[in-house]
Amino acid sequence: MTLHTRSLAALALGLTAREFSSVELTQHFLDRIAASNGALNAFLTVTAERALSDAKRADALLAKNQGGALTGIPIAHKDIFCTDGIQTTCASKMLKGFVAPYDAAVVERLTAAGTVLLGKTNMDEFAMGSSNETSHFGPVKNPWDLAKVPGGSSGGSAAVVAARLAPAATGTDTGGSIRQPAALTGISGIKPTYGRVSRYGMIAFASSLDQAGIMAASAEDCAALLAPMAGFDARDSTSVERAVPDYVAGLQQSLKGLKIGILKEFFAEGLEAHTGARVQAAIEEYRRLGAEIVEVSCPNLPLSVPTYYVVAPAEASSNLSRFDGVRFGYRCENPRDLLDLYKRSRGEGFGSEVKRRIMTGTYVLSAGYYDAYYLKAQKVRSLITDDFKRAFSQVDVLLGPTAPGPAFAIGDKVDDPVTMYLNDIYTIGANLAGLPAMSIPCGFVNELPVGLQLIGPHFSESQLLAVAHGYQQVTDFHSRVPAAYA
Amino acid sequence: MSLTRKDVEGIAHLARLQMTEAELAAYPESLSKILTLVDQLNAVPTGVIEPMAHPLEGEIQRLRPDGVTETDAHRKYQANAPQVASGLYVVPRVIE
Repeated sequence: MTLHTRSLAALALGLTAREFSSVELTQHFLDRIAASNGALNAFLTVTAERALSDAKRADALLAKNQGGALTGIPIAHKDIFCTDGIQTTCASKMLKGFVAPYDAAVVERLTAAGTVLLGKTNMDEFAMGSSNETSHFGPVKNPWDLAKVPGGSSGGSAAVVAARLAPAATGTDTGGSIRQPAALTGISGIKPTYGRVSRYGMIAFASSLDQAGIMAASAEDCAALLAPMAGFDARDSTSVERAVPDYVAGLQQSLKGLKIGILKEFFAEGLEAHTGARVQAAIEEYRRLGAEIVEVSCPNLPLSVPTYYVVAPAEASSNLSRFDGVRFGYRCENPRDLLDLYKRSRGEGFGSEVKRRIMTGTYVLSAGYYDAYYLKAQKVRSLITDDFKRAFSQVDVLLGPTAPGPAFAIGDKVDDPVTMYLNDIYTIGANLAGLPAMSIPCGFVNELPVGLQLIGPHFSESQLLAVAHGYQQVTDFHSRVPAAYA
Repeated sequence: MSLTRKDVEGIAHLARLQMTEAELAAYPESLSKILTLVDQLNAVPTGVIEPMAHPLEGEIQRLRPDGVTETDAHRKYQANAPQVASGLYVVPRVIE
């Protein structure tokens, strides 16, 4: 078996048994990146030197039998996470050349766990997009079909894992940015509960929704990486003080008697028929595994998209006001005065989708409109959250599709923002309610992967991972690799 | 809800965004489409519903002792600044 198709547990075994060294493993992935990144455009920065020095350090620890489960395992970070001394751009012209002065908490924790940093992945600019086409550094291609999008905003991380250029990559999810690209590229990805993973050093988009997570081939690999990422951090005021369960041990929980709720609203008009059929087949698989299937309804869930497009842009317009051309980031040439400096630096530094969201947010927060838009949206958000609460009084986990269809062609939806926004129709609800959710592959339509979404109550990551793992024990969709990258 | 070019110019000024001619021509339509999408919310009765304050019920803002927790690293931070002089950020003259 080749190194890049092994699970994290198998790689860890190989490392501790000295079957190969971390330097050899790292070089293997660096070679794969060198061969494929030109076509995929999935990495913005490859940190080869840093990777090999991380790997040497890991090998020294392994030689002394002081390694942990992740010592010497190469990973990639989404370019939204600050990395000390390494360019961090958020895929924006605004931050081109910005060298982060410190590590994000996620980076710090995964480095402390012994992982090796391969590089920083491409994404939609400031995580605003569902196709990775808003990146200032060009779109990422889907490894299953280079003419298709990988989804977004964590499209680079998704493509990297799908093409096995790294065993895993971090992501962030504000409205589906881990789950939707995971679905479109046939990998597994988890967005934890709001507050579960520290956001210190993660460039802010919409602060009441943003959460960091992980993308890998399987739920088992996600569990191994989420463990060190999760937990309290005083530097993030939304971080929750709560013990982190052993996610890897939790994978063995039985699915017998588990109550799975099928969300009626997720199978209504708008779901592509073949995609729906793949998800239905997965439901049957769960029935065979001993789960009880119950239909449930969250009647306000169809309002997720309009609610999100008030809340997220409003918070983004405020968060992105820090980019003013003064302390860091892009500054225009020869500003006439301070106002001109602000306006042109921002006008020239931000891409068109980011500007559209800042404009939307500025409008809904402007004098006289706050009650009609932001306050109204936060009330509907309460209704959506209450719907979920009622559903979880009846079932353990909710199941549905992750995206309305498989990957679409690059360029297909860029002209109409609303059509693009509707890609996240099934994922946004979990963000609005702060719930953990994941996407795992459940089949193919026209040789393109389809994602199955699982949503759980707050802090039920362990159960979600077990539900995903149970399915992956009896199916092999998660181990399929596009032919060109096998 | 439909926005005019004049509306867009006003919002762009509030957002401190310089718009190109092409953007001023395109944004009224796309922003109006987004607001039309958002207008669906008007049909929802929300009379006595409390607006959501936090995704996790019962979470309160944590306080910390008022002590020094960070040391000065302005040289490192200013390495990313477009223009600095004598440890200060330089901007165009504000007071004549």
